Amino acid sequence: MPRRVLTYLVLLAGAVGFVYPFLWMVLASLAPESDISRLVLFPSHLTLQNYRAMMQKIPILRALLNSLLVAGSVTAGVLVFGSMVGYALSRLKFAGRDLIFYLILFTMSLPFQITLIPQYILMVQLRWVDTYLALIVPYLLNGFAIIMFRQFFKSIPQDLIDAARLDGCSELQILFRILWPISRPALVTVGIVTFMGSWNEVLWPIIVMRTERLMTMPQLVALFVVGGRAEGLLGVKLASATFLAAPIVVAYLFFQRYFIESMATTGMKS
Amino acid sequence: MKTGRQRWIPYGLVGPYLLHFVLFVAFPIAFSLVLVFHRWNIIGAMEFVGLANFQRLLHDRLFFRALYNTLIFLLIHIPLQIVVALFFAELLNQNIRLRGLFRGAYFLPVVVSGVVVTILWQQLYGFDSGLLNRALVHLGLPRLGWLVDPRLAMPSLALMATWKNVGLYIVLFLVGLQSVPRQLYEAAALEGATRWQQFRYITLPMINPTLFMVVVLSTIGGFSLFIEPYVMTGGGPLDSTLSAMLYIYREAFTFYHMGYAATLGFFFAAVILLVVILQRRFVEKEVPL
Repeated sequence: MPRRVLTYLVLLAGAVGFVYPFLWMVLASLAPESDISRLVLFPSHLTLQNYRAMMQKIPILRALLNSLLVAGSVTAGVLVFGSMVGYALSRLKFAGRDLIFYLILFTMSLPFQITLIPQYILMVQLRWVDTYLALIVPYLLNGFAIIMFRQFFKSIPQDLIDAARLDGCSELQILFRILWPISRPALVTVGIVTFMGSWNEVLWPIIVMRTERLMTMPQLVALFVVGGRAEGLLGVKLASATFLAAPIVVAYLFFQRYFIESMATTGMKS
Repeated sequence: MKTGRQRWIPYGLVGPYLLHFVLFVAFPIAFSLVLVFHRWNIIGAMEFVGLANFQRLLHDRLFFRALYNTLIFLLIHIPLQIVVALFFAELLNQNIRLRGLFRGAYFLPVVVSGVVVTILWQQLYGFDSGLLNRALVHLGLPRLGWLVDPRLAMPSLALMATWKNVGLYIVLFLVGLQSVPRQLYEAAALEGATRWQQFRYITLPMINPTLFMVVVLSTIGGFSLFIEPYVMTGGGPLDSTLSAMLYIYREAFTFYHMGYAATLGFFFAAVILLVVILQRRFVEKEVPL
């Protein structure tokens, strides 16, 4: 029995170790500046002054909209295009199919350090630097999504597709009317992983975006903290970090199981 | 059977991929092969410099410094990650109530943006009033220069990265452990196998693919380390946290050395691929099964 108690104590200590720093961050962001250097858990009183100061210094609400727009467009694109390519690779026969499959595997194993600089130069040539296009278009498709859809579609019985064809469905109709409604697991996994990846991406935005009002949240917050504009005020920095974390943490609290399963699947596939 | 129109349908469906591949993969690779032989600041004309970029790289103290820093990072990050993840996965693999709740807590840092984690840990690591040093002082120990001591700064980043990512590996190891049939352990115990032997000869072979994955993903992560030193240390103190990606970024976007930045990208990518290939050999040999 003591052994079981010890197990639970260790598990609990671990949970505290992963959650407490976030809790501290939220409480510190709500504390008066003078409290933070002594704060362990509860501030002397709660205040929104850090959040008010943050709103005055950076267009954080606009960045929230930008982030939603960018991550939303990227996710929609990946779901549509990824499933199109995955469908063709798994259910249609055509010359060059295997070649394309190997191209995808090759692309996935390629470290992005090789393509990063030329991709930036491409953005310059296309005059996409400092526009939403630079944040969205390069991410509209990825190898992982294609492979996921390809694998999932392979498990669907051929009879279903044949029946749809006999009814006169086009390939696009088969994909979006017949396959999509029964592909929820694949759509959810690809959707969550893509959305999170786009939402948290920060290196590429820092490279291609210059105008503050067009920036997504991670970039805006990172530059705010690095540049002198937080003026060494810890509370305001922590308020901006809390604001940046909030949407994804709230989503995570509601859909925890899907997040964990999706990301675990991704890990194993890659 | 097929009409001409139908024959082209598959190509229409894979068209978006081909377009994407040409624009964002094939062209960049081809262009980086051009860039490595040139000096270019993007605005002026490209100047052919032959092998000058490679010569510079071979004598570039900062290039080797970034490699060394990444090595330090990985030597701490990978073993720590494996030990912690296996430890918690083993605990959770028992008949535990509230397993979902614990798992959910460990996974929380995984979903949160690296920017948030970095800002948060910058405060935890603070020298005077950071939470960690306050705890040390409370225990009667001296403060540590987590981010200001050149010997400690990179290990501090490795510790933070472990805290952020380990939840994913706890989940993956747990999946691996749960796939081991319980009868195997019972049979081994009957035969008189110690707990260590059970771990070594039953558990380890079963989780070998997960181990390999941790090593590969962490290696890629180590070479992609960017926002953490960018926000926390700017690569300092004394270049001790200059990461591969931060160095590429600096060459490209502070100094506009596009040719040299592309050369750096090439070499770091080559190192990543080499390490991954070597690891695959090593891990597969290590555990026969």
